[in-house]
Amino acid sequence: MVQASAVEIRNLDKFYGPFQALKQIDLTIPPGKVTCLIGPSGSGKSTLLRCINFLEEYDAGEVRIDDQLIGYDGPGRKMSARKLRQMRRSIGMVFQQFNLWPHMTALENVAEGLIRVRGLGKADAATRAAEALRKVGLEDKMQNHPARLSGGQQQRVAIARAIAMEPRLMLFDEPTSALDPELVGEVLQVMKTLAGEGMTMAVVTHEMGFAAHVADQVAFMEAGELVAVDSPDAILHNPSDPRISDFLRTYHERNAF
Amino acid sequence: MFSTQTFFDSFGPLFWAARYTLLVSGLGIALGLVIGALVCAAALSRVRALRRFAALWVSFLRGVPLLVQLLLMYYLLPVIGINVPAIAAAVITVGICASAYISEIWRGAIGALPPGQSEAAAAIGMAPRDIWTRIVLPQAVVMSLPALVNELILLVKASSLVSVVGILEVTRASQAQAATTFRPLEVYLAAACIYLLINLCLAGLGRYLEHRMAV
Repeated sequence: MVQASAVEIRNLDKFYGPFQALKQIDLTIPPGKVTCLIGPSGSGKSTLLRCINFLEEYDAGEVRIDDQLIGYDGPGRKMSARKLRQMRRSIGMVFQQFNLWPHMTALENVAEGLIRVRGLGKADAATRAAEALRKVGLEDKMQNHPARLSGGQQQRVAIARAIAMEPRLMLFDEPTSALDPELVGEVLQVMKTLAGEGMTMAVVTHEMGFAAHVADQVAFMEAGELVAVDSPDAILHNPSDPRISDFLRTYHERNAF
Repeated sequence: MFSTQTFFDSFGPLFWAARYTLLVSGLGIALGLVIGALVCAAALSRVRALRRFAALWVSFLRGVPLLVQLLLMYYLLPVIGINVPAIAAAVITVGICASAYISEIWRGAIGALPPGQSEAAAAIGMAPRDIWTRIVLPQAVVMSLPALVNELILLVKASSLVSVVGILEVTRASQAQAATTFRPLEVYLAAACIYLLINLCLAGLGRYLEHRMAV
């Protein structure tokens, strides 16, 4: 079992110029649970997720990880870069476009953070990286460069890169949206395993099946607002808000044939 | 009548002169790479004054012909009390001029990297210095190789301009040869062959490097 973090988001506002991308978001991500963020494109799901590790700077409100404020030391006072890096060490992130480093092998991609951030020796880092790659089922692809891996394999390397750092919280930003349909399953399987180990996970996704079967809670966003947070069953099968039913209807129409 | 004899005889002296062509363009690009890296760093700096300086540097050096820059440098250095041989003035000018183009090549290569590359590094807590040396620069250098080889080839050709400050490189040597043999066509054809030979070698080297360092 991993040691899992909790995330508390309070009154979060985020602006791009005059455009308000996030409006007064309140959300609790309980430790060891999977929270899925769903909603139409442009609703602010990814922005919200990126505020959790402060890749996106929020303008007002709070994001606390295990009670510690991220990004700021206090109201209006930015946290030092060093302190922010320290906090990011225990937050893994997986991106839609994988963002593997193309000039490194799979093993080097995973080992890089262990060497540069965790200060491990090369041999130790390689052992730990190999272990992480084995966990995502890629022990036979360790010496491949990303260009020689399928999209699904690349995303699994990206997950290995994150979990090798032993995070207490994992953020997934549409991890399967860039994948060919037949490669989605292998990535979701790895995520399921991770969830089963008690990792705290926040997942922005359009995979309603994953949300229905793996999530402990589902948050629905639209136009920068958090419309509802509830059990997957309540959100996906008995939506209380017409905006959710509209979204699900469109989703079902698009996926019906 | 075309004199094959003169054509082949020209190669001896012109090859000898080619050492200046190679010296000026080789040292020029080396200097250009170093200064270009600094100017590029200034252009990407958070300090506004440095960005201004880089922009001015690039627009001046790209906007004034190399020939004029050479003459300026040649006459300017003694005025400010620096007495250096013509060859040094030529190398410095060519290097400074090249730095403007090289800094832009690098700025372009760095800008072409998807932001996700450094984001992924920042997300695991990597420090900016490591992000630069491990993630950004290795990729940017490889991406910039074709453009750098191109720049080097342009420099070899532009080095013919340093003849104006009295350096006996290939072009100047061929002018002298043409004057003594009264066979300009044969001599200049030989000069063209020498430039072509040098640049074909450079292009080949470029392809080899690109292939070896391909990501």
